Amino acid sequence: MFLALTGIRKTFGAEAVVKDFNLKVERGELVTFLGPSGCGKTTTLRMIAGFETPTEGSIRIDGRDVTHLSARRRAIGMVFQAYALFPNMTVERNIAFGLKVAGKPAAEINARVDEMLTLIKLPDLAGRFPHQLSGGQQQRVSLARALAPSPQILLLDEPLSALDARIRAGLREDIRALQQKLGITTIFVTHDQEEALSISDRIVVMNEGAIEQIGSPGDIYNRPRTRFVASFVGTLNTLQGVVVDPAEGTIRVGQTILRAQGVIEGTKTGETRALALRPEALRLGPPAEGDNALTGVIEDATFLGAIRRLRVRIDGGAILVDAFNSNGASFPEPGDEVKVSFSPNDLIVLDP
Amino acid sequence: MKRGHLGAWLAVALGGIYFLAPLVATFEFSLRMRRGEYSFDAYRVVFASGNFQASFLYSTIVALVTIVVAALIVVPAAYFVQLRLPRLRAIVEFITLLPLVIPAIVLVFGFIRLYGSSSALPLTATSLGTDALLTFGYVGLGLPYMYRSVDAGLRAIDVRTLTEAAESQGAGAATILFHIILPNIRSAILSGAFLTFAIVIGEFTFASLLDRPAFGPYLQLIGASRAYEPAALAVMAFALTWACLGLIQLVGGAPAPGVRR
Repeated sequence: MFLALTGIRKTFGAEAVVKDFNLKVERGELVTFLGPSGCGKTTTLRMIAGFETPTEGSIRIDGRDVTHLSARRRAIGMVFQAYALFPNMTVERNIAFGLKVAGKPAAEINARVDEMLTLIKLPDLAGRFPHQLSGGQQQRVSLARALAPSPQILLLDEPLSALDARIRAGLREDIRALQQKLGITTIFVTHDQEEALSISDRIVVMNEGAIEQIGSPGDIYNRPRTRFVASFVGTLNTLQGVVVDPAEGTIRVGQTILRAQGVIEGTKTGETRALALRPEALRLGPPAEGDNALTGVIEDATFLGAIRRLRVRIDGGAILVDAFNSNGASFPEPGDEVKVSFSPNDLIVLDP
Repeated sequence: MKRGHLGAWLAVALGGIYFLAPLVATFEFSLRMRRGEYSFDAYRVVFASGNFQASFLYSTIVALVTIVVAALIVVPAAYFVQLRLPRLRAIVEFITLLPLVIPAIVLVFGFIRLYGSSSALPLTATSLGTDALLTFGYVGLGLPYMYRSVDAGLRAIDVRTLTEAAESQGAGAATILFHIILPNIRSAILSGAFLTFAIVIGEFTFASLLDRPAFGPYLQLIGASRAYEPAALAVMAFALTWACLGLIQLVGGAPAPGVRR
């Protein structure tokens, strides 16, 4: 276990901004803290960095307890949302800063700076000052500066939030490629679910200072455990259902009996549970053998380019159905009655 | 010309005459030392005077030491207030404004009582001690200007994030202050320094009551005993102050550090 956060709690005054936070990160893993602003993700990152001290709990890096160690002695590399390059120094001197502070010989520093400049694909900008660079270039330099002293852990605090959409996607891929190439243990903080899903080995979804769910991007997206995770990650239909038989996995929505995959844990007959369905898991038409089906009336259709999003009024609510758009395909019009079908595997029963 | 413009021009002209007429008159008078023609004789006499040179040099040195001491006290203080103790900001600002509120004469009598020859710390007993006392007094006088410029300079950069970025690179407080913060607020420190210089160079009350051979008392002495030289000195003092203000404009308006022009 490379990085271990145990029983972390952080309060500012009477308010607890991080509660009962437990996480173990393997060496070389990229873990993303995902959540809305104010959920405690940045505070947790700052505690790992050493800029904040936990009120309770401990932080260990590579077996060493660093809970009360100052930031400068932790061997972490940090990238900030606002780049935070030193304005009075050239790109080269920014990258060299940590190595100079560590008292490395000049030859070693120069070699390392050149290596870093090549790594971030900006070998010609060594002599520029930060204000002469674009936002994307500044963030690359900031990444190089963080990596130059070979830190044990790389911390990225919303590094892409200040950039244009196009540059953001490119830099995101580069960060992931670089992280995998160097095999550096990385914590990435973001409020953008697409960013989290595309870059991470594991995602920690946070809400109001607590962990909602930890899992791989696939887990988080396909098997959200709580209503919060389900609604924060991707578009989702939620319905209310009444449990018919937990052992068989049957649940009733309106007058229709639906089947979930396997046993519904921790419930009994007659209890109301929230259900979730991804719009892209639904299809129009009669169910295949063993699938679920709902009957409803098209209320509205929106053309979104690659897909058409249909809103279907059913007994017990309204659901969105995404259908792939292809040339020549015909779609039902508002007012048409349709059957919506889906596999039991795609019916998500959320924790109460 | 429109009526509105005429009124504006009139107002500016009136203001200009109010400020410029005495200056022009003083300058004109300073040129009349030689009977019947204009000359720079008064200036020549002033420059040739050993007292002028000695007192001006003395005040310049005191001013420079004052600036260094003030910067060394104010920069770390303002930095830590901004970074770690933002709640103290109002109190610190109030304290730095006190020298504007308390008259110099009150301050200097306080100094003489506290540091007189019969006190626990008799700074006035030696001439070097008195020089030091004078300098510390001037640091106090310059505080409102130095603190304000430095604080504005610190607010213009992201002190917290830059500090954290440097800390995560392993840097300690001294490295951060001298290699990151100071170079980025250089122009703010300079503008505080020029203001301090302009105040200290002609200061009279402290220097006179502590009996130091400074430029201020020299100006007063000449003014009381000569006719044309004081006018020449007044013009020179104005020129010096304006030069300082010009330098503030120059460094204050300079682009971000590190830009090659």
